[in-house]
Amino acid sequence: MRLTRDRVISLLVIAPSILAVAVFVYGLIIWTGYISTVKWDTLRPDYTPVGLGNYASIFANNRFLIDIRNTVVFTICFIAASLTIGLLLANMIDRRIRGEGIFRSIIVFPMAVSFIVTGVVWKWILSPGQDAAHPQGINQLFGLDPTRNRWLTDAHVVYIGPDSPVYQVLHSIGLGFLTSPNIGVPIAMLSIVLAAVWQMSGFVMILYLAGLRAIPEDLKEAARVDGASEFRIFRHVVFPLLTPITLSAMIILGHISLKIYDLTVAMSMSGPGFATDTPALFMWQTTFRDGLFGRGAAVAIIMLALVAIVVVPYLIWNRRQEVEA
Amino acid sequence: MESRLQVATALHRITFRCAIGTPNVSEVLPVKLASRRMIAVISVAALVASACSSNATPAPSSGGGGAQTAIEVVSWWTTGGEASGFNAIIDKFNADNPTLKVTNSAIAGGAGSNAQAALQNRVLAGTPPDSFQVHMGHELLDTYVTPGYMDNLDDLYAANGWTTQFPKGVLDIVSAKDAAGTTHYYSVPLDIHRANVIWYNKTVFTANNLTAPTTWDQFFTVADALKAKGITPLAVGDNGIWANGMLLESILIGALGADGYNGLWTGKTDWAGANVTAALTTYQKVLTYVNTDHSSLSWDQAADYLIPASAGAQPKAAMTLMGDWAAGEFDNKKFADYGWVAAPGNDKIYDALADSFGLPSKATNKDGIKKFLTLLGSAAGQDLFNPYKGSIPANSTAGAPPTGAKQYSTYQTWAMAEWKADAIVPSVEHGAAAAPKWKGAFEAAVTVFVATPDVATLQTSLVQACKDAGVCK
Repeated sequence: MRLTRDRVISLLVIAPSILAVAVFVYGLIIWTGYISTVKWDTLRPDYTPVGLGNYASIFANNRFLIDIRNTVVFTICFIAASLTIGLLLANMIDRRIRGEGIFRSIIVFPMAVSFIVTGVVWKWILSPGQDAAHPQGINQLFGLDPTRNRWLTDAHVVYIGPDSPVYQVLHSIGLGFLTSPNIGVPIAMLSIVLAAVWQMSGFVMILYLAGLRAIPEDLKEAARVDGASEFRIFRHVVFPLLTPITLSAMIILGHISLKIYDLTVAMSMSGPGFATDTPALFMWQTTFRDGLFGRGAAVAIIMLALVAIVVVPYLIWNRRQEVEA
Repeated sequence: MESRLQVATALHRITFRCAIGTPNVSEVLPVKLASRRMIAVISVAALVASACSSNATPAPSSGGGGAQTAIEVVSWWTTGGEASGFNAIIDKFNADNPTLKVTNSAIAGGAGSNAQAALQNRVLAGTPPDSFQVHMGHELLDTYVTPGYMDNLDDLYAANGWTTQFPKGVLDIVSAKDAAGTTHYYSVPLDIHRANVIWYNKTVFTANNLTAPTTWDQFFTVADALKAKGITPLAVGDNGIWANGMLLESILIGALGADGYNGLWTGKTDWAGANVTAALTTYQKVLTYVNTDHSSLSWDQAADYLIPASAGAQPKAAMTLMGDWAAGEFDNKKFADYGWVAAPGNDKIYDALADSFGLPSKATNKDGIKKFLTLLGSAAGQDLFNPYKGSIPANSTAGAPPTGAKQYSTYQTWAMAEWKADAIVPSVEHGAAAAPKWKGAFEAAVTVFVATPDVATLQTSLVQACKDAGVCK
C-alpha cells in the first residue's frame, strides 16, 4: 500500500462522499437507533432511556403485527409473480421475433412511471363500484358483481379459522398460533401486488433477457448434439446459468417490497381493517401524526433490520464472486 | 460472446446500483484514467454545489417602498377559494403596512398532512415560521403548546375584545389552563367549519316523496326506500379513514347530546356506558347503507356520487355526511341541486373545527406577526377570507362584508344563523377534541370496525384509547 500520487488523489476525491455517507447514512442510522431507546413522545425531545420499551409497545400493537403479515404476503407474492412473468416474457422476446425492440419497450415502459401514478391508475381499475347494479373498472369490464368482487376494498383475510378441518389438529399439536388472522392472506393486498407486478415485471424481463443473451450458444448446441430436448436444455443448462440474475432480481424486488409506501398510500392507505397497511405508513403516522418519535424510530430500526436480512447476505455473496473473478 | 457477458454483468451492476442508490459509472464502463479524474472532479463539484444551494430561511426582501421586514406564515392553502381568500388578507395587510411584508410559504397537501411533518421539523430545529396554520384545539395544544413551543396571545385577546367577540365554545377550544389554573389563549381562529352536515340530492328526495332525515330512525326509513329504488343511500369516501370517523363522531353527538359528547373527551362521560353502546349499534347499522367502494374513495369522490352524470339522470347516491367544504366541491362542479340538513340528532349542535394561527416562541418578528394576527381575528379580516373559503367567521361581530366585496352564500348565511344559536362541540377527526395520539387510536378502532363490524370490540378499543390517552382511569 504505497502512497503514490495517484492513490493520494483518489483518496482525496472520494473523501467527501465517504464523509457524507458516514454522516447522513450511518450517522443517522445510529441516531435513529438511539432515539428508539428513549422516551421522546411529544414534539419536545425527551432523552429519558426506556430500554426496549418502545419495541415492546410496538410488538404489543396488533396493527404492527398485521403490518408484518402484510409485508410478508406482499413480498412473497410480488417477488414470485414478477420473477415468473419476467422470465416468461424474456423467453418469448428471446425468440428473436420481428419488432423485438417495440415489444421490449412496451413491456419495460411501466417501470418509467412512478409508483404514485401506477397507484392512482390501478385504484381506478380495481375500485369495485358502489353497489351490485353499478360495477366499475375491472368489474364493469368482466361483468362481475361489486358486492362479491371487492378487490382493493376487500376486508377479508384468508386464514385457518375454526371452520377449517386442520384447525383442531393444529391446536392439538401446540401450533394453535398458526390459526390467528395474523397468519393469513389479506385479499386486498393482492390488488396492490397486481399493480406492483405490472410495474416491475418488465424490469425483471430486461434482467433475464440480458442473462439469456449472455449464455454462449455453443453450450446449448452441445446439449442439442447430445440429444437433449429444448425443455431439458432450459431446465438443466439455461436456468442454472441464470441463477445470479434471479438472485439480483430477488434482492432488488425484495428491498422495494419491504419499504413499499407510495403505492399503498396512492391506492388505499391503510385499507379496511389495515388490510393494506405497511410498516412504512405505520412509522410515518406514529412519528408525525401521533408525535411518538421514540416508537417511530423503533419501527424504522425494525424495517432496517428486515431489509438487512435480505441485502447483507447478497452483498457478501456478490463480493465473494468478485474476488473469485 | 465474451463482450456480451461483460455487457450483461455491467447492466446487472448498473441496475442493482441504481436501485440501491449509488450509480458508479466509472467502475462499470471502461473509461480512461484522464476522463475518470474528470468525472471525479465533476462529482465533487456537484456535491459541494448541492450542499451550498440549500437555504431554508427566505431572506428579507426589499420591495419598492423602501426597507421591509419579512414575516413568514406557513399554511397548506395552495389552491382554489382558500388560497384566494388568504391572499386577499395578505394583500390587504401588506398594503396597510408598507414596512412589513407577509409571505405565505404554502405547503400543499390535504388537511395539512404534508405541512405537519415539515413544520414539526422546523419547530424542533428552533427555526419556526412567524406563524403557521394549525387546527384549533388539541392538535395545537398537545403538539405545540404543552411541549412549550408557543407563546400565549392573552394580550391580543384583551386588547381586541376577542374574549367577548368569540363565542364561549370557541374560547374553550383555543385555550388551555396552566399549572396555576389560569386560562391562556393560544391561537386565533380564522374560520369555522361544520363537520356534522348531511348533504343530499334534492331531486332524488322530491321524486321519491322523501324528506331529509332528522333522526337516525328516519334515516333508516329513508335509506330503505332509496335502496329499494337502486340508489346508494349514503356515499362515504373513507380512504384515509377520517370520513368514516366523522360519521361515528356525528352519531355519538346525536346519541349523547352536546354535554355528553364533550364529556367523552374530558373523562366525564363513560365510554363503556350503555348510551355509547347504543350509538355504536346505530353506527354498525348505518354502515350497511354505504357504498361498497367506500375505502377506495376520497371524500370528494364520494360527494361526487350525488351529482348525476347528466341532467335528469339518477345519481349514484342520495346523501353524504361531510363537513361544509362539500358545498365548495358542489359549487366547483356546477352542481346546484343540493340540499343540506344537520346530521340526524345533531340539530342545534355545531360540530366545529377551525383553522387557526398561533405565535411560536421563537418567531423572529413578534410585533409584526401580532399585527397580522390582529387582522386575522378582526371582523374585517374574517369577512375578507371566509366568503372565498366557504366557512363562516369565528368572530361573532363579522358576517357583513362591505359592498363590492365577495358576499356569503346561502349555505353560509344558514350556517351563521345556526352558529349563533347552537351549542358548539369540538370535532375529534379535525384535531379539536383530542390529542393527536388519541385521535390516532380512535381512527385505528374505526379502521378495524369497518372490516369486522363488532360493536363490543369497538367499544373495548375506544375505552382503552381513552385510558391510553391518560384521560380515563
